[in-house]
Amino acid sequence: MANALGTVSFWILSAVIIFSALMVVISRNIVHSILWLVVTFLGTAGIYLMLDALFLAAVQVLVYAGAVCIMVVFGVMLTRRGNIRHSNLFNSRLIIAAPLVGLILSAAAYLTAASTDNVPLSDGKVPADTVGSIGQWLLSSYVIPFETAAILLLVALIGAVFLAREVKTDDRH
Amino acid sequence: MENIFVNISGSIRELIGVLGLPPLFNEAVMITVKVTGILLFIVLNALWLVYMERKVAGYIQCRYGPNRVGPKGLLQTAADISKLISKEIIIPSGADKILFLLAPVLIFTPPLMVFMVVPFGQNMAAVDLNIGVFYFLAVASLSTVIFWIAGWASNNKYSLLGGMRVVAQMISYELPMVLAVLGVVMITGTLNMSDIVRAQENLWFIFAQPVAFLIYFIAGVAECNRVPFDLTEGESEIVAGPFTEYSGMGFALFFLAEYTNVMLVSFMAATLFLGGWLAPFGLTIIPGWAWMLIKVYIMIFLFMWLRWTYPRVRVDQLMGFGWKVLVPLSLANIFITGVAIKVLDKMGW
Repeated sequence: MANALGTVSFWILSAVIIFSALMVVISRNIVHSILWLVVTFLGTAGIYLMLDALFLAAVQVLVYAGAVCIMVVFGVMLTRRGNIRHSNLFNSRLIIAAPLVGLILSAAAYLTAASTDNVPLSDGKVPADTVGSIGQWLLSSYVIPFETAAILLLVALIGAVFLAREVKTDDRH
Repeated sequence: MENIFVNISGSIRELIGVLGLPPLFNEAVMITVKVTGILLFIVLNALWLVYMERKVAGYIQCRYGPNRVGPKGLLQTAADISKLISKEIIIPSGADKILFLLAPVLIFTPPLMVFMVVPFGQNMAAVDLNIGVFYFLAVASLSTVIFWIAGWASNNKYSLLGGMRVVAQMISYELPMVLAVLGVVMITGTLNMSDIVRAQENLWFIFAQPVAFLIYFIAGVAECNRVPFDLTEGESEIVAGPFTEYSGMGFALFFLAEYTNVMLVSFMAATLFLGGWLAPFGLTIIPGWAWMLIKVYIMIFLFMWLRWTYPRVRVDQLMGFGWKVLVPLSLANIFITGVAIKVLDKMGW
């Protein structure tokens, strides 16, 4: 019973994610695109929840749905020109793009179907306290990638401050 | 008295258990009952808080406040709500129709979702989530997008300005709020709200983390968009911000969401800093859930007190205060807390 429910929720979530991701691309209005992107992120958080990764799901909601989308909104609103209802433009290179994408997709589908490898699944139970172990791993085995990411963010921060700082105009000259 | 709600929940569970249905169904029914209870609690409280706000305002401004409808004006809010329900919902011609109607429907969802993990008393959280505090911060951050939808979809320049202000303000004050809460989490080493309350058995965290409490409270007021941080709906500048074009029940839902957010921030303050359901001075004669409510109402009164005694800040002051004062202060608080934990640990506390 619980298993069947899990399968049903997985399919519903997948459908929501794929449909909203498609709408991100198709929407003519870039604001609608962003809002569909929020739905995509929330659906992904749902998948994490089904995998018992509570912390990861919350991070997904906080960082992606809550913060990244808002940043995109800011970018769009502060830099937009003209009519926002036709802000998400299409180009006419469909003839080139469609066969290429179709080829890649069908190749991927064929390889998936032909593959006989089984992905190893961990049969261990999910620990109750995942946050503590994530923190411990981040500051022990993965401390170098973690610090590198921090430095990268710092560089981005300084760059943003530099770009957005006030331009001083001197009227005396 | 202490366990009255826990006992009610237990007897409902037994009552359904008699039917002999699968446990999954029982769980679903229990969750539905709990959600309905919380929803009822929120709506009734919001009804009362509107009245209380007007009475407090009246007291501070040396007048009576509502006193005509019902005894002592108690039915004033109910009358207002029935008026709002009967009003026509007007959709501006240039508005994005679907998003315009979606925003007031969605605005109430994040705070309601967060109330699922609030421990109203001992063993009285609807869902005892291990990452409770983090869940609160994550889900509450979704409100920003919905406020912005309302502002954008109205196709009104005041609404849009208000929407942009909401986004800027809530992003800026979310950061010090998270960092302030981190001080408490560092001491307890858990994100579970019930465990955090239990860790305050000997000392409430308002005494161990006074700076964090102050930062949390200021950021909380800003997150609820209330005076002195109500720039998003500053009447003298941008009419009513994102709610300018809303009429009738749509407007009422934004109002309801505001009071729910105030309650939520107060509940969190009581849980994280004021010892939750723990009784001060050993006064266990009053049950834990009543203590929780008393603490929450003290916090709510503080909110109202602020609202009716302070003028509104300017936009540049708001941003400057958030980024140049609160964020560095909360970072310093984390640093000092970390050092203190290590030192006290070495001293063998």
